[in-house]
Amino acid sequence: MTTRTESEPTLMKNQTTVERKSEREVVVTRTINGPARIVFEAFTKPELFKKWWVPKSLGMTLLSCELDVRVGGGYRLVFSHPAAAEPMAFFGKYLEVVPPSRLVWSNDEAGEAGAVTTVTFEEKAGKTLLVLRDLYPSKEALDAGIGSTDGMGETLAQLDELVVSLGSAA
Amino acid sequence: MVQYAQARLDTSFAALSDATRRGVLEQLGRSDASITDLAEKFRMTLTGMKKHVGVLEASGLVTTEKVGRVRTCKLGPRRLEEEMAWLERYRQMWDARFDELDKVVLELKRKEQTDDHTNRE
Repeated sequence: MTTRTESEPTLMKNQTTVERKSEREVVVTRTINGPARIVFEAFTKPELFKKWWVPKSLGMTLLSCELDVRVGGGYRLVFSHPAAAEPMAFFGKYLEVVPPSRLVWSNDEAGEAGAVTTVTFEEKAGKTLLVLRDLYPSKEALDAGIGSTDGMGETLAQLDELVVSLGSAA
Repeated sequence: MVQYAQARLDTSFAALSDATRRGVLEQLGRSDASITDLAEKFRMTLTGMKKHVGVLEASGLVTTEKVGRVRTCKLGPRRLEEEMAWLERYRQMWDARFDELDKVVLELKRKEQTDDHTNRE
């Protein structure tokens, strides 16, 4: 299953695709308009990272951001969200650091169910193709993330309710 | 993706526009049934019931499985659509994130160019 934006607002806007590659893996791709050296920098320097990792549309605020980008080094991001009483922490370790082409980190806040994220930076004609892979330890761990509710899920839940009510009326 | 989900909803509502099909869904909510069972219950011909089940199956509301000579019908899984909705939400998050990343990278590129220019002077 590949998803793409339905239309491009401008020519400069690059498409983001998401695909479930296997039972355990979700892959995101996007081309960024700049050389790999600069894109890698934006992933690894906290003062740059915090400018883009939490877009306004997410509705979250990044309270703190520590990135110790070296093999075995840790990262810790703390967010606040209006709907959450307590700040939420996301943390893990860098498993591979190969400037400016590859970064691998663990996601330890979910314990053993956490995914390993691999990002590759592939430069072509001054632009960088980003491929971000989330590999989960099991199908169940990935499905646990998918099971959460959202707008479309609510729509379908409403449809299911409608089916039930129409069914009992018939 | 969004278009696909929308199309699935449209076919779902179309499937629900018929009283017999709504009855079949309610019946399958209680237990799986063969097309023969359903035809008898709704006092229809086998051919007529096959058509209704076909519409429900196309909408994803019902799945059927043939074992031997009997085709058994049951309520369809919503799982696929939930997964697609999750993937779309996930895509939107990364899209927003990468839009911001593009801005940061553009800013850094401009800064480098300005610095180069300054250094040459």
